[in-house]
Amino acid sequence: MSGRPQIGGARQTFAPWDDPAARPLVRFEGVSKGFDGAVAVDDVSLSIYEREFFALLGPSGCGKTTLMRLLAGFETPDAGRILLEGRDLGPEPPHRRPVHMMFQAYALFPHLSVAENIAFGLKRQGVARAEIAARIEEMLALVKLEGLGRRRPDQLSGGQRQRVALARALAPRPRILLLDEPMAALDKKLREETQFELMALQQTLGTTFMIVTHDQDEAMVVADRIAVMREGRIVQVGRPVEIYEAPADRYVAGFVGDVNLFEGRIAACEGPLIRLATDDGALDAEGAGVVGDAAWLAVRPEKVAVHTEPPADGRNRLAGTVLDYGYLGDWTTYLVETRPGRTIRAARANATRTLLRPLGCGDPVWLTFAPSSAVVLTK
Amino acid sequence: MRRGRVGLAAILPFLWLALFFAFPFLLVTKLSLSHTVLAIPPYAPQLDLSQGLAGLKVFLDGLDTTTYARLAQDRLYLDAYLSSLRIAAMAAVLLLLIGYPIAYGISRCPPGLRLALVMAVILPFWTSFLIRIYAWIAILKPAGILNAALAGLGLPPVDILNTETAVLLGLVYAYLPFMVLPLYAVLDRQDESLIEAAQDLGATPLAAFWRVTFPLSLPGAAAGALLCFIPMAGEFVIPDLLGGSETLMLGRVIWTEFFANRDWPAASAVAIVLLATLAVPILLFEREQGKVLS
Repeated sequence: MSGRPQIGGARQTFAPWDDPAARPLVRFEGVSKGFDGAVAVDDVSLSIYEREFFALLGPSGCGKTTLMRLLAGFETPDAGRILLEGRDLGPEPPHRRPVHMMFQAYALFPHLSVAENIAFGLKRQGVARAEIAARIEEMLALVKLEGLGRRRPDQLSGGQRQRVALARALAPRPRILLLDEPMAALDKKLREETQFELMALQQTLGTTFMIVTHDQDEAMVVADRIAVMREGRIVQVGRPVEIYEAPADRYVAGFVGDVNLFEGRIAACEGPLIRLATDDGALDAEGAGVVGDAAWLAVRPEKVAVHTEPPADGRNRLAGTVLDYGYLGDWTTYLVETRPGRTIRAARANATRTLLRPLGCGDPVWLTFAPSSAVVLTK
Repeated sequence: MRRGRVGLAAILPFLWLALFFAFPFLLVTKLSLSHTVLAIPPYAPQLDLSQGLAGLKVFLDGLDTTTYARLAQDRLYLDAYLSSLRIAAMAAVLLLLIGYPIAYGISRCPPGLRLALVMAVILPFWTSFLIRIYAWIAILKPAGILNAALAGLGLPPVDILNTETAVLLGLVYAYLPFMVLPLYAVLDRQDESLIEAAQDLGATPLAAFWRVTFPLSLPGAAAGALLCFIPMAGEFVIPDLLGGSETLMLGRVIWTEFFANRDWPAASAVAIVLLATLAVPILLFEREQGKVLS
C-alpha cells in the first residue's frame, strides 16, 4: 500500500497490516472449499490482526459465510489451512476453538432464560458458579439488558434478542468473535444505532471482530478493513476509504457505492495522471497503466459537479440534459444524458433548503470532475 | 357471510363430539347406573316415554351407584386397573427408549431418505392390525419362528406366548409409529443452528444433544407417550391374543363382563372409571401444551 498515494486523509493510527513485524491473529493460507463440485471458497489467503474489526463483504453466494464457517470449524477446508496465533486449527472441532459466532438468526436456546443462554459457554468451560453469575451481570450491563436475565428469548424484541446473542458469544471471551449478518433482521434505524454500539463495544473490549455482510454501508461504517469477495475469491482487501476511493477493479467499484464508468484506451501517461481516449472524448484521471491498453475511468456520482452555465475549464467536461432525477432529502441524484443511450449519474448535496435554480427534466447542464476525483481501472 | 362461515366451521367439531362422544358417553353412564336383569336387554330400568314425565321419574329413581360400590369392593377390578396402568406405563417407557433413537436417526438422514423412512414407519398400517398381532402368535408360540431361530443358533427355547412379556412385545410393536411420528416431527423441525451454536460455545456433540436437542424434543416425547399410553391402558386385542389368561387388563375385564357375564352395568362402570382416570392426564397434558405454545 505504501507505493500508492495517500487517499481520503483518514486517521491511520491503527494499521498493524502495514507493519511487516506484526503477527496476524488469524491467517487463512490458500484455503479452498467446494460443495458438490461448486467452488464456494477459492484459494483464499488472508490475515486478520488482534483488535481488528474485519468485514467480509460480498453478494449472497460469494463464499463469505463459508469462509466464516471454516474459521468456526463447521466446515473443513478442501485445501489450505487456517492458523490462529500461528497454530493450525485444522484438527480442532468447533467446540474446542476459542472462536465464537453470533448466528444470523441468533440461534438463542428457546428453552433457556437469557441468563442461562449467556452462561452456556461459561459452563462448558467449567467456570466457577460465582464467576458465572458475575460474568452474566457484566454481559447484561455491556449490552444494556440489565434486569432481563430471567426472561425467555421469546419474551424479547428482535433488538433485545440480537443483544443476547452478542452477549452469549462474548461471555466466554473468544479470541475472535464472528458475526454472521448480525443486523440483517433489524430495521434500518435500529441497524444504524446498533452499528455504532457494536463499534463502541469492540473498542471497549478490544476483542477481534470479523463480520460477514452483504451491506456495503454496514461494512464501511463498522470495519477497520474490508475484504470484498466475489465467486469465492477475495478481490480486494483494504480500509473502507481505499475500497471506495481506490477500488481494485470495476467489480469492487460497482459493488461498493455508485459509479460512472467510461471505457477507453490509455492515450497518455503524465505523472500520476492518465489520459483516456473514450467515446465521450479525452478524459483525465489518476491511476497507473500502459499507453495503448484498454482501461476504464471510474468516477463516483458525488464527485461529478453539475453546472447550469458552461464552465470555463474544458478538462473532464461533458454537456448533456437532465433525463431524470431523484430527490433523497439530503442528496439529489441527477441522471444526465450526454449522448443518445449514454447517461451519467451526478449527485448534489442539498446544502440549502432552496436551490437558487432548481433543475428539472430536460434542462441543459454541464458536468465536470477533477482528475484527482476519478480513477483509472485496468481490470 | 364470512362470520357465518367461521361460526359453522367452529360448530362442526362440537357437533361431531356431541354425536360420537357425548351421546355414547351418556348412554354408557346411564348403563353403569342400571342393574342387571335376566331379560333382553339385560338391564333395568328402561326408559318408558309413553308414560310421559312420570315414566322419566320412575326411570331416574331406578338409577343408582351400586355397581360402582361393587367395583370398589371387588379386588379383581382394582388389580386389573393397576395392572393395566402398569403394563401401559412399561410399554410407554420401552416405546420411548426404542422410538427416540429411531426418530432421531430419521431426522438426521438426508431429506430424500427421511421421507422414505417415515413411509416405512407407517407402512405396517397397510396390513390389518389383527393379522399383524396373529403373526406374533406364530412367531412366539413354543414351536414358532422365534424358537426355531434360537434352536438354529444353538440357544435354549423360550416360552413367552401368553405372558406379560408377549403383551409388552405386542404393544411396543403395534404402537411404535405413534411414538416415532410425534418425536420425528419435533426433531425434524429443530433448528440446526441451535446445535451449531451449542458446539460453537464449547459443547461436545454429546453435550449439545443433551443440553439442546433433548430438552427441546420433550414436548414430542410427551405427545408420543400419551398418544400411546391412553389407548394401551384400554387395549383389548393384544392382551387377549398374546397375554393368555394370566394377564389382567381392563379391556379384557370389560369384554368378560359384557359378553361372558352379561353384566352390562359392570362393563359400563369399568369403562367410565377408565375414561375418568385417563381424562386427567389428557387434560394436564393439554394444559402443558398450551403453556409451551403461548
